[in-house]
Amino acid sequence: MTSLSVAHQPRSNAAAPATVEQRPLFGWLFALAVVCTVAAYARAIYFTPIEALQGASQKIYYVHVSAAMSAYLALGILAVLSIVYLWIRDERADRLAESAGEVGLLFLTVVLTSGPLWGKPIWGTWWTWDARLTLTLFLWFLTAGYLVMRGAIEDTAMRARYSAVLGILAALLIPFIHLSVYMFNTLHPKPILLKPDRPSMPNEMLVTFFAMWVAFTLLCLALIRARYHYAVDRDALRALESGGGDA
Amino acid sequence: MRPALLTATWLVARKDLAIEFRTRTAFLAVLVFAILGVAIFYFAWDSTAVAAIDLAPGVLWVIFTFSGLLSLQRSFGVEQADHAMDGLLLSPIDREAIFLGKALANFVFVAGIQFVTIPAVALLYNLPSGRAVAILLAIALLAAVGLVAVGTLFSAMAANTRLAELLLPMLSLPFFVPVVYGAAQATATLLAGRPAAEAWPFLKLLIAFDLVFLFACTLAFPFTLEE
Repeated sequence: MTSLSVAHQPRSNAAAPATVEQRPLFGWLFALAVVCTVAAYARAIYFTPIEALQGASQKIYYVHVSAAMSAYLALGILAVLSIVYLWIRDERADRLAESAGEVGLLFLTVVLTSGPLWGKPIWGTWWTWDARLTLTLFLWFLTAGYLVMRGAIEDTAMRARYSAVLGILAALLIPFIHLSVYMFNTLHPKPILLKPDRPSMPNEMLVTFFAMWVAFTLLCLALIRARYHYAVDRDALRALESGGGDA
Repeated sequence: MRPALLTATWLVARKDLAIEFRTRTAFLAVLVFAILGVAIFYFAWDSTAVAAIDLAPGVLWVIFTFSGLLSLQRSFGVEQADHAMDGLLLSPIDREAIFLGKALANFVFVAGIQFVTIPAVALLYNLPSGRAVAILLAIALLAAVGLVAVGTLFSAMAANTRLAELLLPMLSLPFFVPVVYGAAQATATLLAGRPAAEAWPFLKLLIAFDLVFLFACTLAFPFTLEE
């Protein structure tokens, strides 16, 4: 273990340069993501037919499912980078995991707010202790706990290690929560898109969904990237302030 | 000579249990908390509307979760005073043994609470005595393994943060969901007198959780110490 922490020293300095590089926080990727998101919303609102049974509220589907997929993407990145951090001890992996956690929490919040908005008119209730709702709620708790813990630790190396451990354990926990909540009966609609059969949606709606999915994926990646740049700048500033930077 | 893993585990556990046995403060405090909780729960429901036997599994598992958290808190809390943790780390034993020893001591502690609380619940909630209590104890021990494995690791982590008392429940409770769910459902099934086969899926969930997290937390523990 000693050799690892020694090897980790110079690399951490390289990852947090004392001279702050000038770059905009929100880059081209973010601009592209915003344009795509606006376009996808416009298509979903104005150029996609209204569903016969559910009416306008069905349109929440596009936001809800796309946000859920983005949340899974962000949390997947968090889990993978937690393993990567414990493996190679690169501060960049920790910063990226931190950024993915925050963006994941954002998208989970979108899922948990858009869901009840759809559930009230269609199910007649804002919330039900259904399998997938419960799972998403606990994902939210886990992610929030992860971020709170990060905020409660001063030492950067310790924070990175603890976060990585928690990230990995949470990834192990998901199948268990999944299993236990599926032992209840589920009220949530069965998958419409990812099922062995043909997707049960007309092509027009399918295109809208894919547009929204692509837009949200771009938005998710762009936000993680922007948040990562912020983390790099913040750590560089801290290094300069504490006089630890070799400027 | 470095003692073997199991010997070292036993040494660490014995140290913690000796501290607890000589002071006896925490065990009594948690025990009183658990029994008090059982009594308060009874008044939180309309006992004419809900039968006590329907309440019992839920009460039992909520109480175990929170009294478990109370006892886990002090597991690494005691090592904070006088930097006792450094002494433990300097001793020539594997770090996995420190974790397993702490977890074993916590397990004995939690099991001790359960062995008193379950008969108390049986008494106060008029459970069908005898066989039901024996089954409950078996399920409780199964659940305690998973609870203690995760809780001991998070206790070690939370003790080093600024929000120790707040962070332990916040981190642990989501992890207790499968344990509490599996244990409470298995308890409810058996107390209702339904066939044991119906409780088997829940017990399988508990066993799988115990195995996965005991292993994972033991492996993860050294990462939370290294400096």
